[in-house]
Amino acid sequence: MKQFLLLLLAVFATAAVKAQSPRYQDAMAKQVALLDQESSYNPQTMLDISNTFERIAAAEKTQWLPYYYAAYAQVMSALMTQDKDKIDGLADKAQANINKADSLQPNNDEVACIRSLIASSRIMVDPQTRGQEYGPESGMQIEKAKQINPENPRVYLLEGQALYYTPEQFGGDKKKAKEVLELALQKYAAFKPASSIAPHWGEAHAKDLLQQAGK
Amino acid sequence: MWKHSFNLLFCTCMPMLLLAQQKITGKVTDAKKHPLPGVNVYIKGSYDGATAAADGSFSFTTTATGAQVVVASLMGYQTLEQPVNISGPLQLTLMLKAAMNELKVVTISAGSIEASSDKNNTVLKPLDIVTTAGATADIVNALKTLPGTQQTNDREGLFVRGGTGYETQIFIDGLMVRNPFFTGLPDMPGRGRFSPFLFKGTTFSSGGYSAQYGQGLSSALVLESEDLPTQSSYSLGASILGVNGGLDVLSKDKKGSFGIEADYTNLEPYFSVAKPKQEPTMGPEIIGTSLNFRRRTSGTGIIKFYGYGNWSRMGFKKNSIEYPGYQEQTDVRNQNVYTNLTYKESLGSGWRMYAGLSYSSNIDKINLDTIQKSPVTNVHNRSDLSQVRLQLTKSLGALSLLRLGGEYQYAVERSEFNAYQANYTDNYTAGFAETDIYFTSRFVGRFGGRLEYTTVLGKMNLAPRASLAYKLDDYSQFSLAYGDYYQKPEPQYLRFKQHLDYTKATHYIASFQRLSANYTFRVEAFYKQYKNLVKTAPDTATNGTGYAKGIELFWRDRKTVKNLDYWISYSFLDTKRNYLFYPYEVQPDFAAKHTASLVVKKYFPKITTNIGLTYSYASGRPYYNPNLPESRFMSEKTMDFNTLGVSASYLTTIGRAFTVFVVSVTNVFDFKQVYGYRYSTDKLRREEIVPNAPRFLFVGMFMNFGIDRRQDVINNL
Repeated sequence: MKQFLLLLLAVFATAAVKAQSPRYQDAMAKQVALLDQESSYNPQTMLDISNTFERIAAAEKTQWLPYYYAAYAQVMSALMTQDKDKIDGLADKAQANINKADSLQPNNDEVACIRSLIASSRIMVDPQTRGQEYGPESGMQIEKAKQINPENPRVYLLEGQALYYTPEQFGGDKKKAKEVLELALQKYAAFKPASSIAPHWGEAHAKDLLQQAGK
Repeated sequence: MWKHSFNLLFCTCMPMLLLAQQKITGKVTDAKKHPLPGVNVYIKGSYDGATAAADGSFSFTTTATGAQVVVASLMGYQTLEQPVNISGPLQLTLMLKAAMNELKVVTISAGSIEASSDKNNTVLKPLDIVTTAGATADIVNALKTLPGTQQTNDREGLFVRGGTGYETQIFIDGLMVRNPFFTGLPDMPGRGRFSPFLFKGTTFSSGGYSAQYGQGLSSALVLESEDLPTQSSYSLGASILGVNGGLDVLSKDKKGSFGIEADYTNLEPYFSVAKPKQEPTMGPEIIGTSLNFRRRTSGTGIIKFYGYGNWSRMGFKKNSIEYPGYQEQTDVRNQNVYTNLTYKESLGSGWRMYAGLSYSSNIDKINLDTIQKSPVTNVHNRSDLSQVRLQLTKSLGALSLLRLGGEYQYAVERSEFNAYQANYTDNYTAGFAETDIYFTSRFVGRFGGRLEYTTVLGKMNLAPRASLAYKLDDYSQFSLAYGDYYQKPEPQYLRFKQHLDYTKATHYIASFQRLSANYTFRVEAFYKQYKNLVKTAPDTATNGTGYAKGIELFWRDRKTVKNLDYWISYSFLDTKRNYLFYPYEVQPDFAAKHTASLVVKKYFPKITTNIGLTYSYASGRPYYNPNLPESRFMSEKTMDFNTLGVSASYLTTIGRAFTVFVVSVTNVFDFKQVYGYRYSTDKLRREEIVPNAPRFLFVGMFMNFGIDRRQDVINNL
């Protein structure tokens, strides 16, 4: 009897400790699934999604992924918005969230990828003046991510994207962009995310870019 | 035992049994009751929440009960945390207060145009300052396309709002630059000595500026040097005028850097092909070097050193107007050194400290010779200036602050005219106190004063300054400024007569500015009263008077046409003064009533070429005709001034070096430009004062290894 009770207690205790986990998993899975939908790719929906991730982050505090995804959704919103005045504010928010993700999960290649995107978004505000400051920063973060994990396909997507959009005279190279994007697709094919909610975005975008580059 | 276990079981399962959901609805507004969309509203510590819709409404369900906290957060607003008690459906009305941010906070702007790479909402970027076709990489030339400045291209310096070039002071990192221009010759003003690329911030004030700066009656040009470079680089350049090279090295720990630059310019080959109006007899030849050193001493502290040394020589001869049939020759040799060491650090509890030290020296040797007619006249001038400055800044709350500081300058001015000497030394001491008070984030006042004493005059002055600025919305603001400005008379008068008075100007400025990411509109009106200007007739005295008033417009558009950026400025100036030998108040010979500029820059991505175009206009200026009676003094005017500068730069890569090829031409259409007339002593003959090289061609290339600085180069032409 005593053993049964202990067992029962153990079962409940585990349930109590893990209680958040299915809720966390469910909520995250739902939001990550939203990010996988193409219809979400507009500045407003991205902001709504980032709000949800911020709520989860505020409740969990020890999980890095909600902060990571909040930053991701915010920087995507910054990259998509037509209103240049909004970019810096969004980039600031994304920066704050990615800093928190970084402190929970130091030296992470996915975090470096977001940092690269944040730097790129800041260039858009004023390419002439900011290109010189944030261009190298964006490239440096890609390099850092590559050093940590050379198998991360997003590293090659970002690299290819930078090569594709940078004018040739400033170091861009459409031919090389194509090669790097092809490499990215190979890496996507081999890539196994650590879990269903681990970062896995970008494959469709890589295909689109490659198609454009192929023209 | 069982009972106990049951309790345990019951307690553990309780939350699952009580999974009743409550609906939370409501609306979020700002302080003015306007709905706020996009607000993240949620129960603290849960995932339950929603994003407010376009009308500010929100709705979500939660399983949380009892005492909870509802959080509402939105970028640009202070996050609201409101305690609630959830026992059933809840309806909430939430109000968010705007957070202080750069866009929303008003800044003091009357009289000044700022170009900064650190801040977003400035009229110009540092690159724009030097992006002007025809500016030939000279900061001052570029500033001549902005409102308030004159196209006075026959004299050195920046002539602002009815003031002379001497009335504009230039400061690098807070320290005054004596002799910022190369020594020129009559009708050939010298260009600025320092590279425009060294500065991350430029504030050009055409009046009403802060009590931090003194000794400029009209204008202050405040330059702030770059911090550390992002990576090491070296550069090479070659043109039809000379060569240059530079090195910029970032230390391994990325906390320090040093840079060296050297250039050699020789216009002799160019002038042997394109004949200038006056015949060159020597050079012009310039050797320039500069050195900088920067070191971060802590997270907040930085030490910077910047210094340059220049050697130049040139000589020209022309037909003498005084002695027909003879030629006059003028040679000038110049040596100049400027050094500047500054230290900035945060002292904690809201205090920041700035300390600066500077030494500069300028030597001019000028020979004037009417060949085979009169003996050579030798002029030898030397000015040495040592200065030290200390400033403390204390934050008062979120935005307001207090500045306190002082400076001391020791100047030695030596002048030798043949064997005749006229030297003096001056000890100048100044203290200032100023406070920026934010009544609200939209309304700021700046109040301060400056106390100065200088031994050469043996007099003290106290200059009050005040500005107000009110922000109407995120983009527009209205500003007012008032201030007294004092300046020592120019050295050429003090050499011969000391204990004069300070010259004085009082400024009143009203301005409106609308600044968005792609458009800028600015209108400014001013009134300036001059007192104690230097008179040379009948005696040297400081009893001259004058005034200047006007209205200025500025419009910039970076959006309407893709890849095209343009700005237009217009200045109306009504000024009269009685100074020097003037018999009464008249419009002086350096001031034009109407001045306008159009600057256009267009980038053609397909051919990776930038085309820049700058057109400037100024109405005719009065000139002195000694044949006229006194009642018609300065009543005749020169022809209008027109100039169009064009530049094209092609960007490419050679090997690993980013390279840019540049062609630029000033005064493309060779418009005739007459700045005035010079009369012989007997008043029988006169000559036009014209530019020595009315049209100037530049062809060159620049290579940069490492960091991409081509953008700097193209923007420079």
